[in-house]
Amino acid sequence: MTDQAPILEVRDLSVSLPISGRMVPVVTDLSMSISPGEAVALVGESGCGKSMTARAIIGLPPPGAVVSGSIRLEGRELTTLSPRERRRVGGRGIGFIFQEPMTSLHPTLSIGQQMTDALRYNLNLPTRVARDRARELLARVGLPKERDLLNAYVHELSGGMRQRVMIAMAISCNPKLVIADEPTTALDVTIQAQVLELLIAMRAEIGLAMLYISHDLEVVAEFCDRAIVMYAGDQVEAGTPVECLKMPHHPYTRGLVDAIPHAGEARARLSPIPGQVPSLGSWPRGCRFQPRCPRQDDRCATRPELATVVRSEVRCWHPLVGEVS
Amino acid sequence: MTMAATDAMLDTPPTPAGPWRRLLRNRTAVFAISVLAALAVLALAAPYLTNAQPLRISPGIRLKPPRPQNWFGTDHLGRDMFALVLFGGRTSLLVGLLVTLISMSVAITLGLVAGFYRRVDMVLMRLVDGLMAFPSIVLATAAAGYLGPSVTTVIVALSIVLIAPVLRVVRGQILVLRELPMIEAARAVGVPDRRILARYLLPAIMSPLLVQASFIFSAAVLGEAALSFVGLGVGARDVSWGSALAEARNYIQNAWWIVVFPGAALVLTILSLNLLGDALRDSLDPRLARR
Repeated sequence: MTDQAPILEVRDLSVSLPISGRMVPVVTDLSMSISPGEAVALVGESGCGKSMTARAIIGLPPPGAVVSGSIRLEGRELTTLSPRERRRVGGRGIGFIFQEPMTSLHPTLSIGQQMTDALRYNLNLPTRVARDRARELLARVGLPKERDLLNAYVHELSGGMRQRVMIAMAISCNPKLVIADEPTTALDVTIQAQVLELLIAMRAEIGLAMLYISHDLEVVAEFCDRAIVMYAGDQVEAGTPVECLKMPHHPYTRGLVDAIPHAGEARARLSPIPGQVPSLGSWPRGCRFQPRCPRQDDRCATRPELATVVRSEVRCWHPLVGEVS
Repeated sequence: MTMAATDAMLDTPPTPAGPWRRLLRNRTAVFAISVLAALAVLALAAPYLTNAQPLRISPGIRLKPPRPQNWFGTDHLGRDMFALVLFGGRTSLLVGLLVTLISMSVAITLGLVAGFYRRVDMVLMRLVDGLMAFPSIVLATAAAGYLGPSVTTVIVALSIVLIAPVLRVVRGQILVLRELPMIEAARAVGVPDRRILARYLLPAIMSPLLVQASFIFSAAVLGEAALSFVGLGVGARDVSWGSALAEARNYIQNAWWIVVFPGAALVLTILSLNLLGDALRDSLDPRLARR
């Protein structure tokens, strides 16, 4: 899978945000690549820089943010493009599914208008053709054909339907890559499963590559080929999600896995990770997980490099599996 | 959800009344709209309502109190006050309307751009700060003085002065709205900026703008009166409520009618506009929708 030219290649991506007058790093030296058809998960707690990474990739970082490093989409460097070019490339080449379908769809424009906007400007389709295509897309994501949803407004749809519309919009311009930022977080469990199933089906059907952002390793393990675990803006572990679950290398990944509740083991206590994610701007020197880490020692005062241990990559001086020199 | 349930239980229609129905249920608003409509009709129909020429001087009938031939009396030049108030209303309301249209459209355009593009914003807002630091009547006076007194001058001067407050409102709203996920989503799928501004952002700020419009209208009518009162207004070839008042001020003590009638028209207009503005604000507020 990795011998093909990657769809997306990110090298040394760093993002800083201006917070009360000074630039605070939120993502540091993140590298990853996604091959055609591959699904990569970005996993971590809230505030670890997952969404910021996604927004940097699509070229919509928050105002004032400074992004450095290289982002290549099908070999084309995105960071040096003008904002206008960037949007053109982004809209067509990358589909984006937002976390909250309610607030990501405009309340006073019909579904059809919003869908055709994307089609008309990215593919230069005439309105009539764009509407036909939008209708097709809605059917494809499993929305009932009988209802004329093109003329419906967001408030008339249920949460699951909204997220289906978002997915239809994301795949509308035949992107090679879809980025989904916690697409199921705002939905209830049964709908979550449906939406997830739809995403998996879409992926198989169109051969989409996907960057799936989540805090749930178990969900990720169901369909992602690779998982990247982030902590405090840093990539701490990368490997197959099953490996991360079954044989975590980094103490933080281990902590995440131990904190997953399991049905049937009602009596067993969950073991949360002690302490909290350090707030932006007050990351410790060296290893950022060190203050919460049970394996911490003097060596952790210097920042570990990303090292390959067995089949995973890990940024730790004392990984749970193998040895780092 | 809970509201829907309550509605079903009370057997009331499930949809809340739209803003217009809510507005028309408000008695103050109905009063204000009626008064404004009546004034507009009177101003438009002025040539059919009186035979008197507003500017014709009749020295023989100077300062006559209201009487059958001159319902509102005559002024110090023997002009019919009824005609003067009607035709003055044309000028005053026209100034109000045009100033509102001009300043609102300029302010909306600039405000959208300023709110959306941070660089433009930096420059534009410093200009607006400068404009607002200047007392508006002084600014209007300077403009009127430079261009010479005429209706056009008044419209231009007042439009410039009234751009700033609306622009600030528009910009402020856009600054908030542009950060919403729905706008980011539109940008992410590649909708061009101009379309985002026109179709995604502008409709979202229409209700505060409608409220602003009524206040700008009243500020314009009042501003015209003030400029005319100090002699920088519509000039001698036109009449307005302001210019009528200006000329009346020497005769207040012996001819009440030449002050009261144009004054009352002015007060009624401003009052109605402000009441309408308040009512609009209430009826367009979705938080009050269920009441």
